[in-house]
Amino acid sequence: MRIGVITFPGSLDDVDAARAVRLAGGEPVALWHGDHDLKDVDAVVLPGGFSYGDYLRAGAIAARAPLMQDVVDRANQGLPVLGICNGFQVLCEAGLLPGALTRNSHLHFRNRDQVLQVERADTSWTHDYAVGQRIVIPVKNGEGRYVGSDADLDRLEGENRVVFRYADGNPNGSSRDIAGVTSENGRIVGLMPHPEHAVEDLTGPSTDGLGFFTSVLKAVVNA
Amino acid sequence: MTNSATEGLSDLDTGPGRLANRLDTVDLAASTPDDEQPYSELGLKADEYARIKDILGRRPTTAELAMYSVMWSEHCSYKSSKVHLRQFGDLPPSDALLVGIGENAGVVDVGDGYAVTFKVESHNHPSYVEPYQGAATGVGGIVRDILTMGARPVAVMDSLRFGRADAPDTARVLPGVVAGVGGYGNCLGLPNIGGELLFDDCYAGNPLVNALCVGVMRHEDVRLAKAEGVGNKVILFGARTGGDGIGGVSVLASETFDAEGPAKRPSVQVGDPFTEKLLIEACLEIFAADLVTGIQDLGGAGLSCATSELASAGTGGMHVDLDTVRCATAP
Repeated sequence: MRIGVITFPGSLDDVDAARAVRLAGGEPVALWHGDHDLKDVDAVVLPGGFSYGDYLRAGAIAARAPLMQDVVDRANQGLPVLGICNGFQVLCEAGLLPGALTRNSHLHFRNRDQVLQVERADTSWTHDYAVGQRIVIPVKNGEGRYVGSDADLDRLEGENRVVFRYADGNPNGSSRDIAGVTSENGRIVGLMPHPEHAVEDLTGPSTDGLGFFTSVLKAVVNA
Repeated sequence: MTNSATEGLSDLDTGPGRLANRLDTVDLAASTPDDEQPYSELGLKADEYARIKDILGRRPTTAELAMYSVMWSEHCSYKSSKVHLRQFGDLPPSDALLVGIGENAGVVDVGDGYAVTFKVESHNHPSYVEPYQGAATGVGGIVRDILTMGARPVAVMDSLRFGRADAPDTARVLPGVVAGVGGYGNCLGLPNIGGELLFDDCYAGNPLVNALCVGVMRHEDVRLAKAEGVGNKVILFGARTGGDGIGGVSVLASETFDAEGPAKRPSVQVGDPFTEKLLIEACLEIFAADLVTGIQDLGGAGLSCATSELASAGTGGMHVDLDTVRCATAP
């Protein structure tokens, strides 16, 4: 299975994401923001970082990168896409996921090991989890507060599109403790915490993040 | 038209603005040995200015004077501290030390063909004047030192000293310094993995802001700041050259602050971590392609320091075409 990892100017966690794909048993494929070439990948990861230095708005410029036009087209046809942190911001800016990420309510950058509660175990990226399961993966952001209008948030919850909620404390003031959301078809997932940093005992608080990458490999096989 | 221009020139020829408005060549400097020059404003002492004239056998041109002022600043020449720093050279040599004093950073063997390089550097005065940008550009500088050794930077640390914790001036300076160190490193993907902090009256008005960067590389990837060989091209890349930070090392780093002095704020450079992240990746790619003979980062003294240090450490001189420098704003 070929899992693409996009590098934008300013991407920081692309190497970690590629490593996570490999540890899960997939073949990581480096994708370049300026190309119109998805290299026949079976799924795409948008990694964390500061694409274009967060200039204008976090994710706003990367969302208009040449390769993102291909990502949007293929995502609309069912290509599984995962956006982590800055990648989540890019997906929101590209219109693939609803809502927006804004400055943390306490105005500070926050980095810690975060407990998440799994709300959906039937998306392309969360098959290997169980609803209600608690996982621990790192969170690290200054602009990770998920926001939307009450009506939009009500609709999102009504459609059961919240994938993860912060548990044991909300690190950034996100509305309704939302840490990650999914598309209507459950194939696009975005979240602020970093599963790719929790795939090895040596470097992570757990290996709980590996499930994202093993999940998508099965989703691709079953598709 | 022509007449008025000529008249304007002749006014400048005799007026005090002559040097500022006309190309000050070596020939001109030699023929006008007694022209007054603003060496004091550039941070040079009278005996240092006399020494420059002695070396050159004439007065320096304005460009030479500006270069001397930054190269002989405490920031670049360690003129007051080098007597202490030299002691490190007297220590018994170690097989683990792959690169020692004189390069951008030291390199230590850690086994299995790997080496780490690390360096700590202060950015005290800029951080006192403009805490966030001063501390941020301090991290930027130390990261480039690690990068130019051929290593991928992987982490930063900081060591901070401020005056009393409850002093208003500490409250002004500390939050920006902490945010600047953390924010700049974070934008480069470099975690701040530790640090230390002390408050004491003796640091009131003179806080110490030290940043450390550590990088990892293979032994064979070590790069040195030497421009060796004839005919090599000299390439300047990275952030565009701007008006901020000019004379920062001579005016800012070497003088004490007093309330009556002129505002020195513009001498603090404004950091651009996004460009530095691109610089890191670009450097590592050209290293991997084996395109580089020698490399030097631009520190507080900018092109003056980088070009002259590269050339003097190598085997020959260097032609520098300043007209091709890409500027942040029109010159």
